[in-house]
Formats: sequence, structure tokens, C-alpha cells
Amino acid sequence: MAAVTNTIFSSATAARFDKLETIYPLKRSALVPMLLYAQDEVGYVSDEVVAEIAVRLDLLELEVRSVLSYYSMLRTKPAGKYNVQVCTNISCMLRGGYELLDHCKQKLGIGHKGVTPDGLFSLEEVECIGACCWAPAVQVNYDFHDDLTPAKLDAVLADYAAGRGHNVALGSDHAPGPEAE
Amino acid sequence: MPQLVSHPDEVKVVSRRFGLGATDIDKYIELDGYKATQLAIEKGAEWILTEMKASGLRGRGGAGFPTGMKWSFVPKVSEKPKYILVNGDESEPGTCKDHVLFLHDPHAVIEGTMIAGVAIGAKMGFIYLRGEYRYLLEIVEKAVADAYERGFLGKNIFGHQGVDFDIITQTGAGAYEVGEESALMESLEGKRGIPRIKPPFPAVVGLYGGPTVINNAETIANAPHILLMGGEAYAKLGSERNGGTRLFGISGHVNRPGVYELPMGYSMRKAIYEVGGGIPNGKALKAVVPGGSSCPVLKADEIDVGLDFDQMAKAGTMLGSGGIVVLDETVSIVEFALRTIAFYQHESCGWCIPCREGTDWLRKTLTRFHAGAGNKKDIDNIQYLAENMLGRTFCPLGDAAAMPTIGFITKFRAEFEEYLEGKRVENPLIQIQPYGEPVLEGAH
Repeated sequence: MAAVTNTIFSSATAARFDKLETIYPLKRSALVPMLLYAQDEVGYVSDEVVAEIAVRLDLLELEVRSVLSYYSMLRTKPAGKYNVQVCTNISCMLRGGYELLDHCKQKLGIGHKGVTPDGLFSLEEVECIGACCWAPAVQVNYDFHDDLTPAKLDAVLADYAAGRGHNVALGSDHAPGPEAE
Repeated sequence: MPQLVSHPDEVKVVSRRFGLGATDIDKYIELDGYKATQLAIEKGAEWILTEMKASGLRGRGGAGFPTGMKWSFVPKVSEKPKYILVNGDESEPGTCKDHVLFLHDPHAVIEGTMIAGVAIGAKMGFIYLRGEYRYLLEIVEKAVADAYERGFLGKNIFGHQGVDFDIITQTGAGAYEVGEESALMESLEGKRGIPRIKPPFPAVVGLYGGPTVINNAETIANAPHILLMGGEAYAKLGSERNGGTRLFGISGHVNRPGVYELPMGYSMRKAIYEVGGGIPNGKALKAVVPGGSSCPVLKADEIDVGLDFDQMAKAGTMLGSGGIVVLDETVSIVEFALRTIAFYQHESCGWCIPCREGTDWLRKTLTRFHAGAGNKKDIDNIQYLAENMLGRTFCPLGDAAAMPTIGFITKFRAEFEEYLEGKRVENPLIQIQPYGEPVLEGAH
């Protein structure tokens, strides 16, 4: 079934993509999810990723790039292993979002879209991430950290630096249900 | 993990399973799960539409369109397949209600999708979540897989021969604009999220060209509850022409922020001072953004208003997405307006000129104003720009940027003027670039 035999992706991701190609009424619908899942694995949407996804979905690379450039979560250069996304939109701003962003800039020594020299962290100021009632909130990769203060954020970053973050192995320690609390 | 909150004034319908472990399919079934869908299949489309119309349910995404009527607009006979599209691209600043819904009751969203499918004769539904909600997508995917395993989804569902329904989950990748229904369809078709011109409306020509019902996740999750309790009983929970309850997200300067389910028409004052616990540190209320950042601001003396679509419209604002953002007396409206506009400028898709240029110039003017280089004419210019965006864009993003701007300028004009006279408190941490985003390699 796999249209692409010399895939650049892991077997699990390749299998996921093989499936994604078949489930929609039109194959092209798989484009946005594929780009995001590819980025999760490769770290960014590389030229090779664009090329393979174009082949998989019978699209021109141009068409893939046109979609790629629209979505703010997709990037064409590597980010840090842990991408720290600080929300400064209104609800977070009112509860200290900008102070958190400033704290991260000082602490990590990088600005918006910067990457630390060791490649461990990158920083982004992001728009509303849908955690307004638990503001101020920060997302590290896909994990939400709510109701933060600079001190609490320091502890969160220390956890990631020490390899204790949820996203250390994507998918392994995700989304405990409410009963797990 | 979002904290669950509770208040005695809550009327729990769509949130009644929150915190009870209903992500587990057995627990969900124990809590009356999947009864409504079976009832819907047995009683048929006409019955569903009658109950939905009687319920007075109006779209919880923000537009407030009557859901039963929306469903009834879909042609009975169609050459192309019909679809249900659930909008979980929740991105309006101040809004996080669907976050809690997906986290605690994903099966209710699935059930609602199936009920809508039975009502319009669709055999496929899509549940689209914003890209940032990956952990919630995994919860919904698990719920969908469990429903397939039980034979609730797929072919001959619940043992009914010839009744098929499939659900596909989908992730976005960061774009506020995709929450607009036609841009959402574009995104789901693997394209840039740019709005389509209407008409034709999605009920006639929608996803893949087929008739499509697009509902917000909370709207759709109400459907099973309505069928079980009856449309009229649901309507009675709310206010006139605003049936039922809704999830309100109270955030900003309140003691107990959180997502609460309150009856439609509930007092805004009580929502802030009783449910939300009032303003912290003994501060006074300055203003409220009542339903997500696109809704015109209400001043402290304007909050004696009921939380439903009609009463809010009468008060000159909107109920929107139910995200109530509370501002205490310390907030600078100039700063708040700038942050709001910076968001819309960032998210404008650039497809039509009034929005692309309008948001850009509003951001530039407000940035200069905030930095202390404004003049009196700027205040009029900001209002003039915003008024000329209203109603002149393909999709509501232009309006969403213009309406709050007009609200800030007209209701807090004195504060803008005082700002010019030196009473400004510029926040040094807000470093919004005057001429758009800095050009960085690899950044979009």
C-alpha cells in the first residue's frame, strides 16, 4: 500500500501516513496533519519532508509549501528540543504573561524564535493557546503548564533540562485522565 | 491540567459528566451515554429536528445561529455526500471551554456528531481540533477508536442494518482564521485557511462540495442531552429565545477563574462577583470583554445585563464565545487595545484588503500611540479605520478586529486623550514591533 518505499520517516510514522492517505474523501486532506506529524519527528519541515509529502499526496512541492507557510505552528528551521511557547494574549497578559516571557528571555538568554546554543530550548511568544482560565499559561512542545509564576516556570524548565518533561518521549506520558490526578 | 471548578448557581447539562471519568467508554455508557444516538436512529430525522428546534439551542461558537434551523437547511436529497464538521479550532482569546469539553467528555462530541448525521442524512463526520490541542486530540482519538470497537461507529451501527457512520479526527496547525467555517473547510481540504465567498452556504455547498453542517464542539455536544431531556425542557433552562445553558470561561482579574456552566440569561454581574469570586486584592472593576476578544468592551457600570445573545446585543456588544475577560482598575486600555489588535493583525489571512490593511494600520497606529508618539488625530483615525473595516470583509475576522477597537475608543476616549497628556503608563515589556513582524529565517 505504501506509495513511498524509500521513506525518510520512521516505520511508525510511515505507517501512520500510509493510513492517512486512505481515510479522507480526498487524499489532500491529509496534508496539514502530515506536515505537523512530520515536524514532530524531524524537528522541522525540511526540504526532504516537503518532497516526500508532495509525492505521497500527488501534489507539487509548491502546493505543499504554500500550505506550509500559512500555519504558524509549522517551521522550516529547527527549534530547540523543548519549544517554550509563552502566551501573552489578553487573559494571560492580565495575569503576568509578559512577565513570564521576559523571565524566559533573561533565563534562556534568547529572544522570540531564538534557540539556546545547546539546542535544548527555544522560545516563542505565541497567541492564545486556549488556556485562558488557567492563565498565565505556557506550552512546552504540546504540554500545557498552567497558572504559572516565574518561580513555577523555573521548576518546569528545570524538569525539562533534567529530562523529566512529559515530552521527553512523544506520546509516552501524554494526557493523564482527570482520574489520574 | 486545567482545574475543575464548581459553583452552586451552575446548571450542569453539557458539563454533567465532567470530572466523572467519562473519557472511559464504559463509564460514559453508565452515565446515559449513547442512549440518545440510539433513540435518534429509532425515531428518525424529523423527530430530531423538531426537538432541536424546540430546544432553542443557538450556536455556541459565537454567532448564535439556531442549530435546529441550521440542520434543517440541508437539502434532503443530494448527489454529493453530506458531512458533519465539528469545529474545535477554539482560538478566540479568552475562550477555553471546548478545551474542558474535549478533556472530560469526548464521547458527547462524538454522539452529537452522529445525531447531526442522522438528522441530515450524513454518513461521515469530522472533528477538527486546533493543532495546539494535541493531548486533547489523543483523548478524542481514543474515544473514537473505542466507539468503533463497540460497533457504535462504522457499518450497521448499534446493529441497525444499513445505518453507517464514520468519524475522522483532524488537527490544525496554528491559525485563528481556520475557526471561521469556510476557512475551516479549506483547511480540512488540505489548503491555506482562507475564507470562501458566500453564498453558496455550507449547508448547500460545503466540504468537498457536499452539503455540510458545521457546528461548534459545545453546540454539538448539547444534542444528546437535548434528545434525552426533550427540547422544551432544555429551552426552559435558559431565557427567552436563548434555550439552555452554556459554558462560560471566566478569566482575567477574578478570584476563581474557570469554566462554569450557567443558564442563558444569567446575570453578568453575578457571573463576575459571585461565580468568579470577584476582583482580587480589593481592586475595583474597570471593564469586561464579555465573549472573547472580538466583543466590544463593557464598562463597569454596564454589567447589569443578562448573558444571552439578545440581551448582549441590546447592550451593544455580543455574547460571542462565552469567554468573559475581567479587567480591574489597573489595566491600561491603550495597552489592552494594542494587544487585542496585535493579535488580529497577526491572524489576518491577508485575503481581503480591508482586513489585511486595516488591522496592519491599526496595529501600527496603536503601537506608535502606546510608545508615546501619538497625537490627537490618531484617536479619530483609529475609529475611522475600524468603522471602515466593518462589514467589508469576506469573513468576520475584519469585524472581529474592528468591533472591539471601536468599543475601546468610544467608551474610553478620555483615557486615550489623557494618555497623550502624559498620563501614560507604558508597559516596557510589551515590545510589539511597529512595522509588522521582524523578518526571521524560518519564521512564518
